Amino acid sequence: MNWQLVLIQVFNGLVNGAFYALLSLGLAVIFGMLGIVNFAHGALYMLGAFIAYAIGERFGIGFWPALIVAPIAVGIIGVVLERLLLRRLYDVPAAYNLLLTFGLTLLIQDGVRVIYGISGQPYAGPAQLGGATNLGFTYFPTYRLFVIGVSILLCGTTWFIIERTRVGAVVRACTENPTVTRAFGIDVSLWVTAVFGFGALLAGIAGVMAAPIYSVDPLMGADLIVTTFAVVVIGGLGSILGSVMTGFMVGVLVAIGSAVYPPIANTLIFILMALVLLLRPSGLFGLAEAR
Amino acid sequence: MKTSRILIALLCAAPAAFAQKLQLSGDAVKIGLLTDMNGVYSAISGPGALKSAEMAADDFMKANKDFAGKVSVIAVDHQNKADIATNKANEMFERQEIDLITDNVNSATALAIASVTQQRNKLFINTGAGTSQLTNENCNHNTFHYAYDNYMLANGTGTAVTKQGGKTWYMIYPNYAFGQNLERQMRAAVEKAGGKIVAPSDATPFPNTDFSTFILKAQSLKPQIFGTMQAGADLVNVVKQYNEFGLKKQGIGLAIGLLFESDVAALGQDAYEGATATVPWFWNLDKKATDWTRRFEKEVGHKPSFDQAAVYSAVTTYLDAVKRAKTDDPEKVIAALEGHGFNDFFAHNATIRKEDHRVILDVYQVKVKPKKDAKEEGDYYTKINTTSAKDAFTPLSESKCKMATTASR
Repeated sequence: MNWQLVLIQVFNGLVNGAFYALLSLGLAVIFGMLGIVNFAHGALYMLGAFIAYAIGERFGIGFWPALIVAPIAVGIIGVVLERLLLRRLYDVPAAYNLLLTFGLTLLIQDGVRVIYGISGQPYAGPAQLGGATNLGFTYFPTYRLFVIGVSILLCGTTWFIIERTRVGAVVRACTENPTVTRAFGIDVSLWVTAVFGFGALLAGIAGVMAAPIYSVDPLMGADLIVTTFAVVVIGGLGSILGSVMTGFMVGVLVAIGSAVYPPIANTLIFILMALVLLLRPSGLFGLAEAR
Repeated sequence: MKTSRILIALLCAAPAAFAQKLQLSGDAVKIGLLTDMNGVYSAISGPGALKSAEMAADDFMKANKDFAGKVSVIAVDHQNKADIATNKANEMFERQEIDLITDNVNSATALAIASVTQQRNKLFINTGAGTSQLTNENCNHNTFHYAYDNYMLANGTGTAVTKQGGKTWYMIYPNYAFGQNLERQMRAAVEKAGGKIVAPSDATPFPNTDFSTFILKAQSLKPQIFGTMQAGADLVNVVKQYNEFGLKKQGIGLAIGLLFESDVAALGQDAYEGATATVPWFWNLDKKATDWTRRFEKEVGHKPSFDQAAVYSAVTTYLDAVKRAKTDDPEKVIAALEGHGFNDFFAHNATIRKEDHRVILDVYQVKVKPKKDAKEEGDYYTKINTTSAKDAFTPLSESKCKMATTASR
């Protein structure tokens, strides 16, 4: 294997990693604040893609507006789910939340299936990014470079907001000690809803960006969510930086793996997960005490 | 023991000897579809196939006013799981007194149903699953394989594409029984037709969303033909990325192992333009096919997949055999089916081979036409070649089927 092929695979891996990172970032933020393992995250990602498809089909709305509209719609759906359902289960063991979000996943998937059927739907990417860009060592689809760029930008911004701004400080305070935070006159429950909505919004963005390159079908999220959970576990539950770094890392690892020996590519993720759980149970970037 | 045997023989022979009257178990011919009603394959089979079977039953009753029995059709969901298929098949034969199980997409469930059908000495006509094992290693006295199989797909496409100038190939396949089987047979067909495999075929994880590694490999290998054995959503992903990386513009053609109409619809036909595949039937193949499609469309609201059309044909062929045998007794219906030759809107120059229960028929190599040439929604294919029934399927000399006779069972 020559260095050129390795470099190409690194870029390929970064594209997949971009999706893992966006999804696991949402999961990590939600878990970090709410302690919820949100199984419905894959379904929200799928909804992002389908909303983009549906508004394109019905109203002729193209990729760029859809990249704004669809994620906001998914974010609103997230807010509604949190207010109506998840909220009621904060005081009971986490398994109940897992069951609820798993049930929601099935409902959302089947709902979409009833309307659009089980087979995939066509979705065209933006014409402006249709060509290929010369990277010096290969021509790479411009749209894929765009995906990597947007993902890094979003992940970086999210990290910055949470770690370095006043808004982030409030969010972290709500996580660390809700009671004391409330005593400062901050409406914790409002922040919790906002964070869940934000996580859903990130999943929606990932969904819209995936639509032009992956099959748009009701099960597209179900296929991805398992890998994403593995990423979150490897990165360290609730660690934002960990999720993002691990997302990209796992993407690259799988891409190089699939060039060397394709059958092992997807298993690599789980081998890595098992190793991390054995040697560093709190994850690569997790806090010392496992949550 | 001896007397009882004679007695049974007499009892069996009696109705036939005295009165040529229709003998039906439970006074009705009961047909059951055991298939994917909600899952990934339900678009190509599922509710559409049920409607198709009902149409076949209605048409048969209308055409045979003197047929003394009733025909009923039900559909059961096997959820693409072999264990569920086994349970449901047992239940259908035992409790619901089903005479024939048909349709069935999915190779794993097909093998499960075939085994139950043999144990219970009933009938199974598979239309939707591809595995060639049904008429080879796993063939049995009670199972028939209709429409298509992996050998026919691989042999048809591999041979036709190579002969039409696609001499150098690189292939990928999903790493499970269906894909491995299809790749092996496609490779053999390409080499036999004088083509060359430029690099060992790659196994891809299943299911999988990202195929860019293999697309890029194809890009550097520059074969004339990139062969994909992926099916369903995996296939859609492959074709999406084949276009995204501009392989067609670089002169790398696309050959597809198994292509269903719904796969084309999922991306729009322009994405598939120029791709070659083999099909047993398509809706605008000829006038008879189109006429039937118009009726189906009116009932169901969309065009039929080839599996849905095959179900109509299989049910009709079965009922016709019941009529000729004057009974729904499996032994006699099997005898009536074996060696039977027929033509209908679906099956052209069809024969049911006695030796392995493969239903052979003419099959077609098609090229996907661009959207601008389509006369209406769903007008996807241009026929580029016809492979005659006798050349399309595994030659009997190569068949691994050792059919147990009634006596030895």
